[in-house]
Parts: sequence; structure tokens; C-alpha cells
Amino acid sequence: MHLAGRHHHSSATEELQLVTPSKLAIENVSKSFKGASGSVLALDDVSLNVAEGEFVCLVGASGCGKTTLLNMIAGLEKPDSGTVCADGKPVTGPGRERLVMFQEPALFPWLNVFGNVLFGLKLKPNLTNKDRHDVAKYYLELVGLSRFERANIHELSGGMKQRVSLARALAPNPRMLLMDEPFAALDALTREQLYGDLQRIWKARNKTIVFVTHNVREAACLGDRVIVFSPRPGRIREEFAVDLPRPRDINSVDLAVHATEITKALKSHSQPELATAE
Amino acid sequence: MKRFLLAALFFTVLLLIWEALFRAKIWSPVLVPSPRQVAVYLEGAAMDGTLAKATIVTMRRLLIGYIIGLVAGLPLGLLTARWKVWQDTIGTLALGLQGLPSVCWVPLALLWFGQTEAAMLFVVVMGTLWSVVIATETGVRHVPPIYRRAALTMGSKSLHIWFKVILPAALPFIVSGMKQGWAFAWRSLMAAEIFVTILTGFGLGQLLHYGRELSAMEQVIGIMIVIVVIGLLADKIFFSPIEKFLHRRWGTSQA
Repeated sequence: MHLAGRHHHSSATEELQLVTPSKLAIENVSKSFKGASGSVLALDDVSLNVAEGEFVCLVGASGCGKTTLLNMIAGLEKPDSGTVCADGKPVTGPGRERLVMFQEPALFPWLNVFGNVLFGLKLKPNLTNKDRHDVAKYYLELVGLSRFERANIHELSGGMKQRVSLARALAPNPRMLLMDEPFAALDALTREQLYGDLQRIWKARNKTIVFVTHNVREAACLGDRVIVFSPRPGRIREEFAVDLPRPRDINSVDLAVHATEITKALKSHSQPELATAE
Repeated sequence: MKRFLLAALFFTVLLLIWEALFRAKIWSPVLVPSPRQVAVYLEGAAMDGTLAKATIVTMRRLLIGYIIGLVAGLPLGLLTARWKVWQDTIGTLALGLQGLPSVCWVPLALLWFGQTEAAMLFVVVMGTLWSVVIATETGVRHVPPIYRRAALTMGSKSLHIWFKVILPAALPFIVSGMKQGWAFAWRSLMAAEIFVTILTGFGLGQLLHYGRELSAMEQVIGIMIVIVVIGLLADKIFFSPIEKFLHRRWGTSQA
């Protein structure tokens, strides 16, 4: 039997198969921005490795460059110097191997929930429309929103919106997920639910996740490792391995111990700025 | 249903007041005809085909000109939003010309094109075009950059982004620009038809004009009513459904 010349087409089941998560190598990255009061060094000689399938949280006060670093990994911004490599290849631009979940609602209001999840899938060739529908349905179920696939975006609560964002980011089956303070605008109860769900989904879909937050407890709850940044210029100061069993409960005492330790480090590295402010 | 009855009641009362004014004979019946006389004129004009013919002539001019204005205005708006050169040239021109009442194009159109269909079309296009350019440009500029970034990470590229992200995101602005363009085009066409007789077709504006020449007030008022009804229908049939859809999707308050 010759298969040559036959049109290749991957089915929905094939599309839903797990892909190898990315590994990330960031070396000596610096970046400055031109502001009103001259040039500001957002990142100063930052190096960081993330292993395949690892969940890494970046914490720091605002202005420490953690979002800038995330945008560079996404390929939305370029470093002034240094390199960002994903799976051994330098990141030259955005691509669906590394999908981003933003803090602000970036869902498209002209599409309903289903249309939003479908958006990235439509950009993947070699899929039939039926496959795309099946895949979108799978991810909506994964985030627990099957009943809302026909809903308009403005009809959803903040937590539901972020669930749709998560489904949309997962749907094209990226190897890495970049999350920029995705839960910062949500109330505590909704957030707790999402911590549980995110850990479950991370396990189920086996992704590498880089997660930016200023909430230390959140970082300790989610991350295998927590990287502490200091602001102006943005630098990596310390890192903490969190080796608690999963799924983790944000309210557990063990977790609080880790969080306290990280908070202490965070405060000590922000000290100079506080001193000048007082 | 209750709303419909209330509206029906309102218009009945309006007709009754009109009839009462006519019967009171405060003004000469030549100046204020009775609702019945207007109805009789409209019936006659409808029966002998004058009304249908004039409506078709006018609507043809309006639709063709409007569509040309849209088809030209949308890409021009996108270009002015995208590139500074276009913004400084076409954008500035559009801003200036949008402020020019489109009736002002009539003398120029007559000198350039003579008493032809082309003159009528030109006036309608000028009425539509600049509103659509400005609205499209404003709409595109108001699209939150985060939509573009999100689309980029999902693998969307230049043209795909324009058609699948920027255009739909700017739609609420574009639709309000289309509506304004429609209103401008409609007004300028009526003005042009009243001023100028075009031998290739008598539009509603011309019927209005001849009503005045013949001092046939029932014709003047009858045609005005037809013009009002066409404007209402265009809104209810075309623009209202689009706006309702936008309100539902975007969740903006229903005006």
C-alpha cells in the first residue's frame, strides 16, 4: 500500500494527544524602556532555566519586569541583549507553541464562548471543522463550562471569563502556557477554585507553565519553583523550591510556612526602595 | 402589543389634530390640505405608478452611491488607521470634508457632470464616504491592543488579524459610521433632486419640487410622508437588527 500523495489529516483524538512540554533557557537577558523620565532598565541580566513540564512562578513587586520577561518568552517583545530559547531554538516571534493567558480580559467580544475557543484551532491546518468542534468541546468541558458554549462573553462572571481564556489557550495544544496574573482581578473564593482546577489541568495536559503573580501565597500554592524578582532594575534575587504534595490547598499550614519565607525574601529585596520612599 | 397600541393611538391623535386644523379653516386649504386629500393623492400616485417609479429611481441612486461610498470608505479608513502617511493626508481630508454639508457638493457636481445620473451619484458618494472613513479609522484606533497580541500568540498573521480581529472589533464604530453616512447620503440626495431635474429619471425629490411648482400641497406633504417612511423602514429593516445584534454580543446597553 502506498500512502504517498494521500492527504494527511490528523483526527480530533490525535489532536488531543499530549505533546512534550517545552523547556526554556533564558540567558543574560536585559531590556530597557524609554519612559518620560529617560530610559528605565526593566530587566537586568536575567537568566533562568525551566524544565519540561515544570510549573514556575515569578513573583515580585510591580515594575520588577516579570511581565516583560513573560512577553519575551511569548515572543511579543525582544530582549535588548541576551537570548530566550525554547527547546533549543531562539524565540523570534509569537507562536502557538507558547500561548498566553492575560490578566485583562483578552477574549473577543464579537465571538461567543465557543467561537473564542475555536479561534486558535481555526488557525491550525490539517484539521476538519468537526475535529475543531470536538477539540473545543473537550477543553470547554475540561474547564467546566460545557453548558455555556453559546453564551456571550459579557454574560460571564470574571472567573468564567478566565476559564474560557484558559480553554482558549489550551485548545491549540501548546507546549507551554504563559500566565500573566490571570487571577488577580478575581474574588478569593473563585480564585481558590481555579487554583484547584489549574493544578488538575496542568497534570492532565502536561504543560510547562510560567506564571507571573504578585501574590506570594498563590505562587507557593501553584509553583514547583518560585522565583523572586526585585524591582528597578528587574533582577532575579532568590528562588525557592516548593516540594509540597499536590493538589495543594492554599489554606494549608505547610504552604503558609513556605509563603512566609518567600515574603520575607521579597521584602528584604525591596528594602532600598521602601527606604527611599519613607 | 401595548407599545404598538400606544404608538397607534399617538398617530391617530396626530391625524385628528391635523383634520381639526383643516376644518377650522385658519389657513387657506391650498396651504393646509386635509389628511384625506393627501391620502387621495398618494393613492392616485400609487395606482398610476408615479410613486413606485420615483421611489425606484431615488432608491437606486441612493443604494448605488451608498455602496460605492462604503466600498471605498472602509479600506480608506483602514489605511488611515494603519499608516501615518494616510492619516496625515486622506485622514485630514476626510475630517475636513466630513464637516462640509454634503449639499455643498451639488453645484460642483452639476458643473462637472452636468444634469446626469453621475452628478446624483457623486453627491451621494460624497455624503457617505467621509463618515465611513472617519468611523472606520476611529473604530480601528479604539481596538484594545490586547486583542491583537492574543491573536498573534495564537498564530494569526497580518491579513488574518485585520479581517478576523481588527475589523470585527471595530464593528460597533463602523456601523455607527455607516448609519451616519446613510443619513448624510439621504439628505444630500433629496437636496440634489429638489434642485436639479435629471431627465433620465424623476426621483422623489423631483416630485416634491413639482408639487411646489404646481402649488399642489397634498403632493408636497404626501411625498414628504413617503420620504419619512422610507427613512424609518431603512432603520427598522437594516440598521436596527445590526445594532441589536451588536448590543447583544457586546453587552452594551440598549439605547
